[in-house]
Amino acid sequence: MKIVILGAGQVGSSVAENLVRESNDITVVDIDATKLQFLQDRYDLRTVHGFASHPAVLRQAGIEDADMLLAVTQSDETNLVACKLAHTLFNTPTKIARIRCTDYSAQEGLFSPENFAVDYIISPEEVLTDYIHKLIEYPEALQVLDFAEGKVRLAAVRAFHGGPLVGHELQYLRKHMPHIDTRVAAIFRQDRPIIPEGKTVIEAGDEVFFVAAAENIRVVMREMRLLDKAAKRVMIAGGGNIGRRLAKSLEPHYQVKLIDHNKRNSERLAAELSRTLVLFGDATDPDLLLAENVEDMDVFCALTNDDENNIMSALLAKRMGARKVIALINRSAYVDLVQGGQIDIAISPAQATIGSLLAHVRRGDMAVVHSLRRGAAEALEAIAHGDLQTSKVVGRRVEQINLPRGATIGAIVRGDQVLIAHHDIVIESEDHVIIFVVNKEMISKIEKLFQVGIGFFG
Amino acid sequence: MNKLLPILNVLGAVLMLFSITFLMPLLPALWFKDGSARAFVESALITLGTGFLLWLGTRRFKRELKARDGFLLVSLLWTVIAAFSTIPLIMKIPGLTFTDAYFETMSGLTTTGATVLVGLDALPQGLNLWRHELNWVGGMGIIVLAVAILPLLGVGGRELYKAETPGPMKDSQLTPRITETAKNLWLVYTGITIACIVSLRVAGMSWFDAVCHAFAAMGLGGFSTHDASVGYFNSPAIEFVLIVFMLLAGMNFATHFLVWREKSFKPYRYDAEAKTFLLLVLGSCVGIAAYLVAMGTYDNFWTALRHASFNLVSVATDCGFASVDYDKWPIFAPLWMLFLSCISVSSGSTGGGIKMIRTLLVIKQGWREMLHLLHPRAIIPIKIGGAVIPNKVVFSVQGFIFLYFYSVIGLSFVLMLSGLDFISSFSAVIACINNAGPGLNQVGPASNFQGLNDFQTWVCTFAMLLGRLELFTLLIVFTPAFWRK
Repeated sequence: MKIVILGAGQVGSSVAENLVRESNDITVVDIDATKLQFLQDRYDLRTVHGFASHPAVLRQAGIEDADMLLAVTQSDETNLVACKLAHTLFNTPTKIARIRCTDYSAQEGLFSPENFAVDYIISPEEVLTDYIHKLIEYPEALQVLDFAEGKVRLAAVRAFHGGPLVGHELQYLRKHMPHIDTRVAAIFRQDRPIIPEGKTVIEAGDEVFFVAAAENIRVVMREMRLLDKAAKRVMIAGGGNIGRRLAKSLEPHYQVKLIDHNKRNSERLAAELSRTLVLFGDATDPDLLLAENVEDMDVFCALTNDDENNIMSALLAKRMGARKVIALINRSAYVDLVQGGQIDIAISPAQATIGSLLAHVRRGDMAVVHSLRRGAAEALEAIAHGDLQTSKVVGRRVEQINLPRGATIGAIVRGDQVLIAHHDIVIESEDHVIIFVVNKEMISKIEKLFQVGIGFFG
Repeated sequence: MNKLLPILNVLGAVLMLFSITFLMPLLPALWFKDGSARAFVESALITLGTGFLLWLGTRRFKRELKARDGFLLVSLLWTVIAAFSTIPLIMKIPGLTFTDAYFETMSGLTTTGATVLVGLDALPQGLNLWRHELNWVGGMGIIVLAVAILPLLGVGGRELYKAETPGPMKDSQLTPRITETAKNLWLVYTGITIACIVSLRVAGMSWFDAVCHAFAAMGLGGFSTHDASVGYFNSPAIEFVLIVFMLLAGMNFATHFLVWREKSFKPYRYDAEAKTFLLLVLGSCVGIAAYLVAMGTYDNFWTALRHASFNLVSVATDCGFASVDYDKWPIFAPLWMLFLSCISVSSGSTGGGIKMIRTLLVIKQGWREMLHLLHPRAIIPIKIGGAVIPNKVVFSVQGFIFLYFYSVIGLSFVLMLSGLDFISSFSAVIACINNAGPGLNQVGPASNFQGLNDFQTWVCTFAMLLGRLELFTLLIVFTPAFWRK
């Protein structure tokens, strides 16, 4: 596919990196030549230096025969104008814009073809906020992901001694909880995937991925480890875009303290947030953390722009007694370094948000794509179309589908109904099928499965 | 002197305009043939003539007024107009001294409603209407004072009036021009007054009484045409109608205006003052009623609730009607009512006192101080209805409240020094500075301010004006710095 990406910031470059690997023709446009040079040196792509919303620049980037425009610059306005231009002047088929300001995205009809002509809106900040929010909601989980508008969730949890299922075969799960339907999609043992079967024994230390209806997630988690009490007190370090949004979404249900080191920004935050206690100071200052009772915090989130700061303040908070610490880390090398050590969860913003973009790039009708385990694995929500003849999935039982090894169907959502996948369920047209893929290389095979064939030759 | 002359020019013009108000009492005077018509025509001519001479004499000095001229102009307007308003009273009531007459008209114009007159029932209808009209016109003046003039002068944190309008009102400074805003608010004021007149007539008053009491209720003045005040009617329906309209008048007229313009009740929900005001006043009604039953004042809770509601709402909104002699109640009840009169009404209403917005602000400031002790590094803005109030405004509100209490204490001492007992002195000052009306004991609802000597009457007159002009406006005129070039 030919894709033009506007903006070589964090979002733009991580998207470019991911898409290049999946053999697409990528052109990146930015006004910052050094950023472009950086990308050019590393990946096989083309760069154009210039202002992203100028028609001449777009033309130079080859938009005339591009399949997709990804407008992910820092500026909402530039992104909107670029999409409109691509629609009016170049007739680009798919246009995706990053919109930060919620006021824009709340307006009805603003993005229709006759207006700004944006096909899909992505908001990485919102995705990330939502991601962290779920981790606070389920403090034991390593990751919680939504499918089918939250009807189905995929959760990752580390098994510990004390969980009833630990040391048992997977089929024991059904005997133990006959009323709860769930499916273990994958197990990672010492970072290597194991394909779960009925006889697979769960060991302490395993990273277990399972699919269940949203309301059953906690019950299933209890099988893997003893549950802590739900989180109530949250401390956030860093009042940037993410910290602010997170505090705002948490404050109705949690006691939130937010630390920011910029006086002006703190004042702005205090004005905007209603129940959050805004503190002006340095999150790596032990005196401040001590004075604000960091030892009583259920969750401590380090969300500043600075990786090192986040790591240090998260370590400090953990040392001082915070129950669970989460750190936002941009450099992927650091993520591997820190995760699983003293810091409970290290989040790479690029990995957490890339899925929302990938869903639109994939062939076949993909409703949701989540990138897992730092991009190595992936969870997809694919929509089945066609009939027995034109589709390779519709009308077949789950066991009959020719899935590559390492891919598991976790659940099927039919209308409002959630069906946990068992071998004898027959897929119907318009079903949303949730698939877990332990290795990214299989993605293209899955894509082909869900593409509707032409006539009888498909 | 050249500071004063341009202001006198405006004053002259306003006096000419004010002379029109003398014509309204002509209607009842002629209808009831009470013989006071002549006095009103003469008063109108005297006021018109004086105003014209003043205007003509100072015409050369006419210039655009500056914001700080407002302090002097507002202070002069209230004192001078009150003086001219005494003319018909002095002409028609034999033996009335200027001191008492001036107290009466000042009480009318500041919508206090305290009276020194006895035998109100026998007073010519023209004079009674004149007293009530002063209440009503005073109310109009206060609305403009509150929404336009005081914010301009920045008195006692009044600029928060702009910041305080939250939610959908935030961007709408009602209308862009002060005169437009004033006109619109007067329209709302007049509209509600007409509704009040009709409701009172339906509830059983005569047209004349209905007009008079509606004027007094909307201005939150509290004059009555009867010595026994509203107790004369002894009608639950009338009391209920008055409660409703007193509560309406105790809310911000700008909010009423928005409700009318947007044809939805939403603005009431976003008005932080109105919510607290209604909760506090209505909650107190029930509480005091229960207290009165417990203390054995009334046997029946519903009777207690009826009397507690009417008198409490009347005092708390700074109106000042009375239906029973609540001075006879156990002392907690009337003192609580006086306390409410200090704090409860909204800014932009026709009531007096500290105003709910300032009360809220000071409570929040106290809370903030405590939070700061717990969290020294916390940034805690003071918010009212979601909008952040700048610290500058918080300071000036604190200053206002300090000055308010010093004034109350100082004036109470002056009255006590002059020989009045403690409860009478204290309650008289509270009642006057809040523009509420009756106090307790010697100045209580069953008696009135007539028992005071001339000196005490003047102190009370001063207290009324001081409260009405929100302390700073009047006091600043007495500072040397104001007159320095």
